[in-house]
Amino acid sequence: MAKGIRDKVAILGMGCAKFGERWDKDEDQLMLEAYEEAMADAGIEASQIDAAWLGAAFDAQNIGPSGIPLAVALRLPDIGVTKVENYCASGTESFRGAVYAVASGACDIALAMGAEKLKDTGYGGLPVRTRGTTHDMVGITGSAPGNFAQLASAYRGVHGVGKDDLKRAMAHVSVKSHANGAKNPKAHLQKAVTMDQVLNAPMIAEPLGLFDCCGVSDGAACAIVTTPEIARALGKTDIVTVKALQLATSNGWEMQAQGWNGSYFHTTRVAATKAYDEAGITDPRSQLSLIEVHDCFSVTELVTMEDLHISKEGQGWRDVLDGFYDSDGPIPCQIDGGLKCFGHPIGASGLRMIYENYLQILGRAGERQRRDNPVFALSHNLGGMPNQNVSSIAIIGRADA
Amino acid sequence: MSEFGILSFGAYVPITRLQRSAIHATNGWFAGGLRGLAKGEKAVANWDEDSVTMALEAARDALDGLDRAIVQRVAIASTTLPFADRQNAGIVKEALNLPDAVGALDVAGSQRAATSALLAALDGSETTLVTAAEITTPKPASEREMTSGDAAAAVLVGSGEPLAKLIASHSVTVDFVDHFREAGEAHDYDWEARWVRDEGFARIMTPAIAALLAKAGVKGDAIDHFLVPVAVKGVPEMLAKKAGVADSAVADALTATLGHAGVAHALVMLSATLETAKAGQRILLASFGQGCDLLLFEVTDKIGSIKPRLGVSGWLARRIESTNYAKYLFHRGLLPLDRGARAEHDSKTALTALWRGRKAVLGLVGGRCTKTGTVQFPKSEVSVNANDHAVGTQEDYPLAEVPAKVMTWTADALTYSPDPPSYYGNIDFVGGGRMMTEFTDFAGDTLDVGADLRMMFRIKAYDENRGFRRYFWKAAPAF
Repeated sequence: MAKGIRDKVAILGMGCAKFGERWDKDEDQLMLEAYEEAMADAGIEASQIDAAWLGAAFDAQNIGPSGIPLAVALRLPDIGVTKVENYCASGTESFRGAVYAVASGACDIALAMGAEKLKDTGYGGLPVRTRGTTHDMVGITGSAPGNFAQLASAYRGVHGVGKDDLKRAMAHVSVKSHANGAKNPKAHLQKAVTMDQVLNAPMIAEPLGLFDCCGVSDGAACAIVTTPEIARALGKTDIVTVKALQLATSNGWEMQAQGWNGSYFHTTRVAATKAYDEAGITDPRSQLSLIEVHDCFSVTELVTMEDLHISKEGQGWRDVLDGFYDSDGPIPCQIDGGLKCFGHPIGASGLRMIYENYLQILGRAGERQRRDNPVFALSHNLGGMPNQNVSSIAIIGRADA
Repeated sequence: MSEFGILSFGAYVPITRLQRSAIHATNGWFAGGLRGLAKGEKAVANWDEDSVTMALEAARDALDGLDRAIVQRVAIASTTLPFADRQNAGIVKEALNLPDAVGALDVAGSQRAATSALLAALDGSETTLVTAAEITTPKPASEREMTSGDAAAAVLVGSGEPLAKLIASHSVTVDFVDHFREAGEAHDYDWEARWVRDEGFARIMTPAIAALLAKAGVKGDAIDHFLVPVAVKGVPEMLAKKAGVADSAVADALTATLGHAGVAHALVMLSATLETAKAGQRILLASFGQGCDLLLFEVTDKIGSIKPRLGVSGWLARRIESTNYAKYLFHRGLLPLDRGARAEHDSKTALTALWRGRKAVLGLVGGRCTKTGTVQFPKSEVSVNANDHAVGTQEDYPLAEVPAKVMTWTADALTYSPDPPSYYGNIDFVGGGRMMTEFTDFAGDTLDVGADLRMMFRIKAYDENRGFRRYFWKAAPAF
């Protein structure tokens, strides 16, 4: 039985580029922006990095394949650089590579970079792309909103929630994230919105309106990890360690068999259970201080509150409307604005979430700092579609927690 | 005793009925002379339909309740076959999931292609499924635009207990060019209608009909159903009169409700007639095109023995009225709307993968685990059953005729669709099996979780870079 990752790896430094429509920057410049902040935070030289992982989902749109673009952008000292891709969970996947490398003892210090340059396509939304020759003959080349919108029709059906009630709860999710994003200087969208604006926005994919969809952004985020011992040896006193790191990947059951009802993420439930076990968390609703989830769409965030076993099944929409996940609520969700407003440069998002959780734990989150520094902070990074996806969960916390 | 003749019949009419008044409302300023035709409606194929998909639907109708294994040859007749070089009947065969050991035949080149194909089948000894379909291609503001419509029909010919038997036939071939469309051209070119009527329909068909009746040894007044698939007003009546056929025997040419469906129209009318024909009645089918084919049938007492088809009447009743002429023009490639950058997505098909997956892609054949009974699409080496990932246990499980229900759905306005928003979602098949698929032929707000569905064979995407189209199955409302 594996002992898990708990407290084996510490975060030495983190950085995050300003997210948004970075018309004037190439992806290598965005990566450098995140890297320089992380390196200053870590207080090390490039020569001390043993290996690096790069997470990027749409390589055809920007940097191209392989680990070379990262090695070249940062002029890394001929170390091993691995490019990983796992849909929108690519950022957490790169973190997983670096964390596992350190935990194995093969590396003392490893770097994880997530990056995406999405605003070079000439149109809004995510780029249209193939999902393989066979898939393209029998699958759907729909949009992300279209795929995730289906959660809403199923959720309403399964839990008997009225269309207006669910739409209001979804709107609350977005209003809350916009209010949070307004306090974040690195966020793509920094403007608060009202319920009326959200409810009356143009429809993108029934029932998701414009404000139910996250920003499509350019950006990069970076983590440097090592062992807690090396971190202390390098002079760190406030140590943040990895408590859990789980990944669950659909095997086709949701899409092809008839057991799944379409209203939740099967993989997230699996990953969450394992992650709490790995972190030693028995009651997430009372023990988690802060969560950053994959709110690509308002309805995704809403059902994820249940899949993370924080809200009861069928009750997430009520918790949302009650303000349970607001920035001043019991468990703030997306205190940095989330994908919704911080933005969603695909490969960077998983690391951006961990970045925010790391800042919050260390009390470095500025205007949006939670009043009591969090102890356990969870990030949830999802790639794919509700019926077939990759769900990753990272829990970090104070080393002494 | 086994006899040879028509064993079954079926039809297909696309759901959209474009109002001719809407066409005239746009074009009247230019083509004011067409005002007299600006009434009634025409059936127009959806953007994802062509002659192959329509022929397939008619074939499904004809084969409903029958063992498909009896089919030995599949023919398709049309002047609008999607492929000039790829057996179009072969696509119909794959979509019907017929065994590979069947023959196939594409028949084209004339408005009488369908009757020629039917005659060939009736002259042979094989059980042949004769389909005919047309996605008509009129020029905007032309008379043809007013008179034409899209449809398909199918007739199963073979040994057994025929519903109708051929008593006599007669064909004439002359290079009378009343209209033409050179290969690769988009539209027909028509010569003066009065000449076509007097020198064509009257001068060519009248003696031919007389010759047919003489061969059969019957008089005109013995004809109960006189089928003349000609869109010109008064022509069927004129021919009937000259042949001594009672005016009341002249069949409805479906002008008001469908329009003239080109090559398919002869079989559409035959199919419509067989829906109501009585034992002992005689049907004369007269099809014109560089001469004519004339077929005289006698209806047998088996006419009521097969399960009622949807037929022309059933498909005509499945109807969405449309006044959106611009949408029709766009779907026919006659109005170049700005489709946006998302439409630039390359839909190249890997022919190797299509060949490997042809049963799944063209036939909607999934898998069923022989150990657990789990049904899935597509079939795979390892079963999707969460409790038993059995390896190599799956047998073919055709899903095309299995009813399904909506599990989740959305109306996606972001992704490119020629008919936005794009409706798609997860569906569950009754008895097992799930897939995410596109929905088609939905009217407004009729879609919701639990709604009943019927699978339909459609065009999934056009590869404009290479001149190819990709077919797959979509879910339409059950009816």
